[in-house]
Amino acid sequence: MEKRVVFRSAWLPYVLVAPQIAITVIFFFWPAAQAVYYSFLLQDAFGLKSQFVWFQNFVDLLRDTNYLSSFRTTAVFSFLVAASGIAISLLLATMANAVVRGALVYKTLLIWPYAVAPAIAGILWAFLFAPSIGIVTYYLKWIGLDWNWMMHSPQAMLLVVVASTWKQISYNFLFFLAGLQSIPKSLIEAAAIDGAGPFRRFWTIVFPLLSPTTFFLLVINIVYAFFDTFGVIDATTQGGPGNATEILVYKVYYDGVKAADLGGSSAQSVILMFIVISLTVVQFRFVERKVQY
Amino acid sequence: MVEHRPVRDFVAHLILIVGVIAVAFPLWVTFVASTRTFEEIVSVPMPLTVGSHLQDNYEQVLTAGSERGSKAPVGRMLVNSLIMALSIALGKIFISILSAFAIVYFRFPLRNFFFWMIFVTLMLPIEVRIIPTFKVASDLGLLDSYAGLILPAIASATATFLFRQFFLTIPDELAEAARIDGAGPMRFFFDVVLPLSKTHIAALFVILFIYGWNQYLWPLLITAQESMYTVVIGIKRMIAGGDASNEWQLIMATAMLALLPPAAVVMLMQKWFVKGLVETEK
Amino acid sequence: MAEIVLQGVTKSFGKTEVIHRTDVTIGDGEFVVMVGPSGCGKSTILRMIAGLETTTDGEIRIGGRRVNEVEPKDRNIAMVFQNYALYPHMSVYDNMAYGLKIRKFTKDDIDKRVQRAAGILELGPYLRRKPRELSGGQRQRVAMGRAIVREPAAFLFDEPLSNLDAKLRVQMRLEIQKLHRELATTSVYVTHDQVEAMTLANRMLVINAGTVEQIGAPLEVYDDPASLFVAGFIGSPSMNFMPGRRAGDGVDVGEGLVVPLPPALRATAGEQVTVGVRPEHFVPGTGGEGPRFRLRVDTVEALGADSLLHAGFNGTLLVVRIEGHATPLAGSSLEASILPGKAYFFDTVTGKRLAG
Repeated sequence: MEKRVVFRSAWLPYVLVAPQIAITVIFFFWPAAQAVYYSFLLQDAFGLKSQFVWFQNFVDLLRDTNYLSSFRTTAVFSFLVAASGIAISLLLATMANAVVRGALVYKTLLIWPYAVAPAIAGILWAFLFAPSIGIVTYYLKWIGLDWNWMMHSPQAMLLVVVASTWKQISYNFLFFLAGLQSIPKSLIEAAAIDGAGPFRRFWTIVFPLLSPTTFFLLVINIVYAFFDTFGVIDATTQGGPGNATEILVYKVYYDGVKAADLGGSSAQSVILMFIVISLTVVQFRFVERKVQY
Repeated sequence: MVEHRPVRDFVAHLILIVGVIAVAFPLWVTFVASTRTFEEIVSVPMPLTVGSHLQDNYEQVLTAGSERGSKAPVGRMLVNSLIMALSIALGKIFISILSAFAIVYFRFPLRNFFFWMIFVTLMLPIEVRIIPTFKVASDLGLLDSYAGLILPAIASATATFLFRQFFLTIPDELAEAARIDGAGPMRFFFDVVLPLSKTHIAALFVILFIYGWNQYLWPLLITAQESMYTVVIGIKRMIAGGDASNEWQLIMATAMLALLPPAAVVMLMQKWFVKGLVETEK
Repeated sequence: MAEIVLQGVTKSFGKTEVIHRTDVTIGDGEFVVMVGPSGCGKSTILRMIAGLETTTDGEIRIGGRRVNEVEPKDRNIAMVFQNYALYPHMSVYDNMAYGLKIRKFTKDDIDKRVQRAAGILELGPYLRRKPRELSGGQRQRVAMGRAIVREPAAFLFDEPLSNLDAKLRVQMRLEIQKLHRELATTSVYVTHDQVEAMTLANRMLVINAGTVEQIGAPLEVYDDPASLFVAGFIGSPSMNFMPGRRAGDGVDVGEGLVVPLPPALRATAGEQVTVGVRPEHFVPGTGGEGPRFRLRVDTVEALGADSLLHAGFNGTLLVVRIEGHATPLAGSSLEASILPGKAYFFDTVTGKRLAG
C-alpha cells in the first residue's frame, strides 16, 4: 500500500529517519556483524590472541553434548510453556466470553501479570516453592511429596514453566477474548438452531474460527519461551540443577559472560539468530495469509 | 448467548474465580510476606494474613536496601527504573513516528532500503547479540550510564510499523487538503498527523513503558555500580544465599515495589494497554 | 476570480497515456461539470488543475498565469473532496480557519471570513463542534465553507455529493446552485452522476476513456449528442440503441422495421448504422406518423407520473416511457412508432453521430 500524495524534499526525509537508522546501525547491525565475525574466531585461554577458524566453533557446538541437551531442554520448556499457557487462557477466555455479568472485572483481574517482569515472576514463584520455607512446598510435603527444585531436575523445570506460563496467560487471554468476541453471534445461533450443544458448538464452530489466533499465539509463545524467559531462569534456577533448565539463551549468556568463551557464545548467537529469523518468517507468512480472510 | 442456563453460568463464574485466585495468589503471598518479620516468614507454614511490619519493611528497602544482600537503597533503583522506562518509551515513540512519517509521506532514494533495515531489527532480540552489543556499548563509554541503559533498547521496528500502518489509513485527501491549505510537510505533521496519532501514542506508551521497566538482561550487563541499578536487577542482587538466609520480607517488599508501577499502568490504562497489545502485533 | 485554460494537456502514468490531448477554456464565473463513468479520467484532470498531479504535457493557466510548476497552495484554488477531508481533530471553526492561519491572516480577518461563510452555509450553531458530531450534509457544508473562506479564484469539486444519501444529494445540489449564484466563482465540478451534471452545469464536459467527447450546455448535449457514448451516458433511462444495416433511404433494424434516414444524412451514412431513440420518443398505439412496429411487453415499472415499459424487440429489450395510467399488462403486445425527427443515427463502427 502506498500513499497517492507525497511531499517533496531532498533532505527532510533523511533527517527524519536519521535517528532510528543511527541507533539501528550502531546497536543492531554492527553487533550482529561482530557476532558473525567472532563466531569464526578461536581465542586462547587468556583472550590475548585469536585465530580464524572458519566453522570450527559451530562444529564444536554440534559435537558438544551440553549444547545439544540445551536444545532439547529449550524444546521441552517452550512446548510446555506454550501448550499450558494456551490451554489455560483459552479456557478462561471462553468462560469470560460466556458470562453476561462481570466479564470486565475478570478481565481486569486477569491481565495484570503481563506487567510483571519475568525476573520478578521467577522470584515470586521461587518463594512460593522455596524448598524449606515455601508455603506451597509446605502443602506438597504435607501430601507426601518430596519437593526440592534445587535438587530435582523435573521440579526445577516445572517451576520455571509455571512462572513463565503465569506471566504469559494474560497476554494469551486478551487475544483469545478478542478472537472470541469477533465471532459473529449469528454463527453460534445458527449452530444452536441446527441442534448443536455448547461443547459441540465450541469444537466445531468456535475452535476452528479461533485457529488463526491460536496459531499466532503459538508462535508468539514460542518466541517468548525462547528469549523473554531469560529473567525467569536467571532469577530462579540459573540453569540448574546441573543443566536441567539451561535453555539456549541462558547458555549464550553463561558461556559468553561467565565462561568468557567469545567464539563459542557468538556461534550460539548466530544459530539463535537463524532460529528467530525463521520464526519471524513463519509469523510473517501467517500474517500475510490472515490479511486475505 | 443463545441459552441462559444457571448451572452453566455458575460453572463459568467458578472457573473464572478459581483462575483469578490462582493468578493472584503469588501476589497475595508476596504482599503478606512484605508485611511480616523474617522470623514469621521462616516459621513454616508462613501465615497468610497481613502482618504489622509493612511500614518498617518498605522504609528499610526504600532507604537502605537489604542487610545481608545488596545494600543499595531501592528508592534510587525506582528512580533509575522510571528514568529508563520513560526514556525508552518516549524515545522509541519519537524516533519511530519520525521515521514512519518519512517512509510513508516521502519518496526518496534508499527509502526501501531504510525500511528493510528497520524491519530486520524485528528479528534480532537483544538476547541473541548481547556480547557484541556489550562491546560496542563499552567502546562508546556507555557502561554505567543512562545512555547505555536506554539507547540500545530504543530502536523499535514494532513502533515504526504500527505508525506506518496507521499513517496508511489516514485518507490521502487530508494531506491534499492540507497542501491546498498551504501546509508544508512538518506543519502537516504537527497540525494533523500528530494529533490524529494520539490514541496510538498512548497505547504504545503503555506497552513500551512496561517493556522498558522490565528490562533485565541488558541492565544486568551494563551496570556495575549500585547507583545505576534498576529495581528489577537490584532485587536479584538481594538474593544472596539459601532459603533461610535471604531476608524475604525485604525482597518481597522490593518485589511489590518493582511490580506495582507497571501493574498500575496496565490496570489504570487498560483501554490503551489492550489496544497497544493488539495493534503492535498486527 | 479567473478563467481556467487547459491547452494540449495530457497525462501519462509510465508509458500509458490516461488523459489524451485536452483543450478547454473555462470562462470566468462559469460553472463547468466534468461528467463520465468512473475511471474515465475526470478526477485526474481536476487534480491536474489543483496541482495534486503533475501535468505530463501541455499548459494549464489560471487567471492568465501558467501554473504547471506552481504548488497547489499558490494556485489560488480551493477544493472540496468526496470524503470531505475535514481534519477530524479540529472544530468546524478551526477547519475553516486553518488555511487562513497558515497564510497568516489576522485573527479578526479570519473571524470575519469564517463567520460570513458560516452565515451563508447556515453553520453558525455548529462552529464549536467536531466533524464527527455532524451529519453528512453538514460535513459537506463545512468542506465548502473551508473553500469559501479562502475567496479563491476557483472552486474545484471532486464528486462532493457521492457520499450522501439520495434525498440530501438533491438538497445539496440546490444549495450549490444557490451558492454559485451568490458568489459567481469559477467552478469545476466532477461527477459520475449525469443528473448532477445536467442540473448544475452552465456547460458540461462529457469524458470517456481520457478523451473529452463533447462540450456544451446540458440541454444542447442532451438534444444533440455527438456520439453513441454521450447519447447513452446522458439521459435516464438511457437512450435505446438498435443496430441496423443501411437499406435504401432507411436503416433496417430488424423485424421488418426500416427507419427512414433524413435526406441530409443519406449521402454520408455507411453500411452499418445504429439508430438511437430516447424512451420518451416512442408513440404507443397506432396514432404515430412513423413506421409502426410491434413490441412484446416484458415488465412494467409504474412510477405514477409515467410508466417505463421494458419491451422485447428483435432480441433486445427497449425502454419505452408512456403516460402513467395507460399501462399495458406484462406479456401483452403493443404497437408503437417513433416520433418523427427524434431518431438519432450513429455510425456503428466509429460510434460517431452521423452529420449531414
